[in-house]
Amino acid sequence: MTVKITIGAINKKAGSSKEYKTGGWRTMCPKVDLEKCISCYKCYDYCPDGAIKKIEEGIEYDLDYCKGCGICANECPVKAIVMVKEEK
Amino acid sequence: MGEQKSMTIKGNMATAMGAKLCRPNVIPAYPITPSTLFPEKMSEFVADGELDASMINVESEHSAMSACIGAAATGARVCTASASQGVALMHEMLFIASGMRLPMVMAVGNRALSAPINIWCDHQDTVASKDSGWLQFYAENNQEGLDLMINAFRIGEDKRVLLPVMVGIDAFVLTHTIEGVDVPAQEDVDDFLPPYEPPHGKLDPKEPATFGSFGTPEYYQEFKQAQVEAIEGSRDVIDEVFEEYEEMFGREYNKATPYYCDDAEIVLITMGSMTGTAREAVKKLRKEGKKVGLIKLTVFRPFPSPELKEILSGVKGVAVIDRNISPGAYGAMYSDLAAAYTNEKEKPILKNFITGLGGREIFVKNFEEMYEMTKKAVDTGNLGKPVEWINVNEDVLR
Repeated sequence: MTVKITIGAINKKAGSSKEYKTGGWRTMCPKVDLEKCISCYKCYDYCPDGAIKKIEEGIEYDLDYCKGCGICANECPVKAIVMVKEEK
Repeated sequence: MGEQKSMTIKGNMATAMGAKLCRPNVIPAYPITPSTLFPEKMSEFVADGELDASMINVESEHSAMSACIGAAATGARVCTASASQGVALMHEMLFIASGMRLPMVMAVGNRALSAPINIWCDHQDTVASKDSGWLQFYAENNQEGLDLMINAFRIGEDKRVLLPVMVGIDAFVLTHTIEGVDVPAQEDVDDFLPPYEPPHGKLDPKEPATFGSFGTPEYYQEFKQAQVEAIEGSRDVIDEVFEEYEEMFGREYNKATPYYCDDAEIVLITMGSMTGTAREAVKKLRKEGKKVGLIKLTVFRPFPSPELKEILSGVKGVAVIDRNISPGAYGAMYSDLAAAYTNEKEKPILKNFITGLGGREIFVKNFEEMYEMTKKAVDTGNLGKPVEWINVNEDVLR
């Protein structure tokens, strides 16, 4: 997407940071095994990008914003999350 | 036109009076020697009902500049003052103010930077901020301090510019020295400086927008280019505004003002209050038949290379007198002027002199000495040291 620059980088639209899909920065991608997941939501609490959604049993990733930092996998008490190299 | 009122006031009072005449809406400031009188006076004006503005007391200069940025983003007219360590502490925020293209004016009482701690005059504080994207003006006397404040608001707020401006007045030599100053009438300054309406957006909860947005590698460089185009564009605006100011208020300003330069072989270049002493030295040398001239640099950013080169055409030697030093290189004015001449075939010999650091006095005899050294370089072709230190106290040097 090409955007015309504005004076002082002022964007007349509020909350425009959502349009910047930071998931593109990712090299490692989290994969959750919902069989192992105990729905403790520690990963949800620790995710610095708000890229984890709670679902009824377990979690779901919003890969548009997950930067692949791996904090969720590190914090998961039952090792239900693994980080795998993303094929692009 | 109303009558100008003659007052005998300190330099800080002159910049405060200049700022007050511009009717600022918000004044976030943190006191620091030698600028403290500025926020004191501004808060008195507000407390006495002479000025309708919000004075914001902050806990540091970093916060002062942050508050300036926030206030300016709402479209408010903003001013502040600082010096030395205060300007250094603001450093990070200075770039944000200019990058967000927020006009505001800061009066700086030019003071040395620690260590060792020193409260006296040199230009290191603002020169260290020369790359921050602010325009920089330097006053020779208190009258210039007042006038440049008013010009600074008008130039910075011009739709072709939209950039912040620093006005430097030398520590103590100006900030604390009482001089006669003619103060324009409020209604005339109101005519000269219309209310500010930002053309590029306002921080307003009713119309939310994104300020200080993210600039990825695809866009950042173009933002910086646009910012540089704006400061380049300010060159014409400065000339127009200075001319209009002179028409209205009778005092002439130039980016670079020549004195006895027409037939000069050697020219001294100065910035700030030392100019007055340099002028005395030039008068004395002229009486002795020496072909010497002087250029006072009022505008340091944007650097007036075309104007300087025009004044200096035909001149054989130039003494660039810097009250600052980039350790390991040269004085800032010298570096800029030397760069301006790099690709020229015809150019004068440039000599760089460093003096007046940390309040070191600069006497008429020192300017005579710098003239002689430059003349000698021209006559003999022996250029001497790349950077010459003047009025050095040899007894304390090791």
